[in-house]
Amino acid sequence: MNTPQQPSRAYLAAPIRKIGALAWFKDNLFNTWYNSLLTVLTLVGLWFIVPPFLKWAFIDSLWYSSAEACRDIEGACWSIVPNNIKFIILGFFPEGQEWRPILAMIMLLSLVFYSKERTRWNKRLGWFWAIGLIIMGSLMYGGLFGMPVVETAQWSGLPLTMMLSFFGMVAAYPLGVLLALGRRSKMPAIKTLCVVYIEMIRGVPLISLLFMSSILFPLFLPDGMTIDKVLRAQVAIILFTAAYIAEVVRGGLQAMPRGQYEAADSLGLNYRQTMRLIILPQALKIVIPPTVGILLSAFKDTSLVVIIALYDVLKTTKVTLSNPKWTGYSTEAYIFLAVLYFICCYAMSSYSRRLEKELHTGH
Amino acid sequence: MQRQLPPNTEVLKPTTPPFWRDEGKRAIVFQVVALLIVVLVSYYLYSNTQANLERQSIATGFGFLDKEASFEIGESVIEYSAADTYTRALLVGALNTLKVSFIGIVLTIIIGTIVGIARLSSNWLISRLSAVYIEVMQNIPVLLQLFFWYAIFYEAFPSPRQALNPFSGLFLCNRGMIFAVPQAHAAHTAMGWTLLLVLVCGWFLNRWGYRRLAETGVPFPALRITLAASILLPLLVWVAYGAPTAMDVPALRGFNFQGGVTVSPEFSALLLGLVIYTSAFVAEIVRAGIQSVGRGQIEAAMAIGLRPSRVLQLVVLPQALRVIIPPLTSQMLNLTKNSSLAIAIGYADFVAVTNTMINQTGQAIEGVALIMLVFLFFSLSTSLFMNWYNKKMALVER
Repeated sequence: MNTPQQPSRAYLAAPIRKIGALAWFKDNLFNTWYNSLLTVLTLVGLWFIVPPFLKWAFIDSLWYSSAEACRDIEGACWSIVPNNIKFIILGFFPEGQEWRPILAMIMLLSLVFYSKERTRWNKRLGWFWAIGLIIMGSLMYGGLFGMPVVETAQWSGLPLTMMLSFFGMVAAYPLGVLLALGRRSKMPAIKTLCVVYIEMIRGVPLISLLFMSSILFPLFLPDGMTIDKVLRAQVAIILFTAAYIAEVVRGGLQAMPRGQYEAADSLGLNYRQTMRLIILPQALKIVIPPTVGILLSAFKDTSLVVIIALYDVLKTTKVTLSNPKWTGYSTEAYIFLAVLYFICCYAMSSYSRRLEKELHTGH
Repeated sequence: MQRQLPPNTEVLKPTTPPFWRDEGKRAIVFQVVALLIVVLVSYYLYSNTQANLERQSIATGFGFLDKEASFEIGESVIEYSAADTYTRALLVGALNTLKVSFIGIVLTIIIGTIVGIARLSSNWLISRLSAVYIEVMQNIPVLLQLFFWYAIFYEAFPSPRQALNPFSGLFLCNRGMIFAVPQAHAAHTAMGWTLLLVLVCGWFLNRWGYRRLAETGVPFPALRITLAASILLPLLVWVAYGAPTAMDVPALRGFNFQGGVTVSPEFSALLLGLVIYTSAFVAEIVRAGIQSVGRGQIEAAMAIGLRPSRVLQLVVLPQALRVIIPPLTSQMLNLTKNSSLAIAIGYADFVAVTNTMINQTGQAIEGVALIMLVFLFFSLSTSLFMNWYNKKMALVER
């Protein structure tokens, strides 16, 4: 008989245990000679950067002190943030009325937070938003219930950034979808208009559109008619973002197989129904990741309004830094802002990843 | 035989649907209405503009381009003085934009590729560090980064008198980065020409090598030969000229440095900000591109006995590049467009120069139109090139 020989149990060596910190280090940091070299070099590099940074940021730093006290220290002067937090966040909002923008921001955040769950996406939520936005608008503008009117020129800081980015994203999305549908339309005139619009906007920097809104647009209007500066910048941001959304959505539309259109046709659906019920739900779902990328850029790009002298949160920080008392602590102030922006962007992108997973119906 | 219809029945003739149900006619109506609205709105805005310009007596047309600019520009690639025309000032601005974009694109691709590959490294530390870099740098607005780097140059760096001198020949101070360069010598021009010649020859050699590979299957190491020649031949030329080693070392004279090459803080901050921000996106693109090549492809290549370097060169890269190049181009365009943020930190790019011009002449329409035209030219020429490239690279399927 020629059966393969089974090794007897007694001769089997014990399996090498691949758990524990040492094994992990060996597997992930020192598995080859060049990886070991890289690890060592990186560690040396980090040793030169991280401890001095920690010393600067935490050990030698002051958090709640006066500007004078900061002159004598080696480390970071984080005091610039708590000392000027009111101006950085609220800007030129009139004295004594600060509760209004704060309340509006809290309302916006809680509405956004409430809308996170997909099970709550129904008509009632739409009404919540409509009522919420009206209340927020009247809180900011005033004129009701004895609240003094605050002109939009005084809207600044974080509320302005939040408003520009919120409406920039919310209004640009449907406009972008319409443009994408227009670009795929069979009507030559509509198609040409959409193509020209999309390519023109995508070809120029946002700055040129903001210039257009701030310098040129007043020239386009009849004598005596003016449109608010903040609103003009808002429209520029919306128009700019919509063109980018349109291109992303077009990608999704092109990815839809012909069978989907034909199936919809054979059910007797018209164009509106086909798009609303069959094509768009699928197309928009597959382009969630790039869409979120565009929306995040729109959020970050609201900071460009600094250049046309709107006082968003970046500009109020710069104004604070131009105060001779606090000049020289830009690094600290900018790091604070960077953390603020990072948290917002990170929250949005991780939410999008969750949404993508929830909506995933494939195999 | 015709069937007999019962008496008193009307014969139903095929009727054409009413025009509001006819898709073709409805489409025409839609388009006419859309065009009409666009034309009417533009006419309305145009007539308003005409009236406004007349009332405020603002000149129109591009006649001002020949007038004297009468403003200085901080840095310029070409000869420029305040007595030159606006045309020349705009050219200086456009060249500055091209300069920062070109250097930025080269650096971005290098750093982005390194970080993207590091993200895939089996080394936990390296891969984590690049993930942090990508995540953090992508999520901070580029304008904020520009301000940050500019502030570092202005606040953290000392005045020229106490300039940091990390190694001989390099000085860091709030006037920028000053470093030593070899003194001008005829040898350098000759070396430049030699390098150009080698590169052109190398390109043809590479093409010939590919054709031979396709025809006979015998590979030809064109790339390695070109690389060696591009280092050795210029070096030979340098030796032939007597190996000049004189350096133009910057030295402190009064309040500033003389000699050497100065890179202004504005340029450095703009370049740093743009490169760091964009390279985070490029790293993600590179990572996705490499991951898009299926494992089976690599295993198959190894199975037919290719060396790891050949696997990379012949199998992974050609397929990864097809995925990488289109989004990479759009990132490069983004970098070019973002370079217009230079205006916020005072680097004289095209937008900044045009803005100064608008402030001086008041001709905002022409100015903004110029900005848009120049950037549209960059974008459209790039996308034309991309379309050509995509067609050339597209998968030829059965």
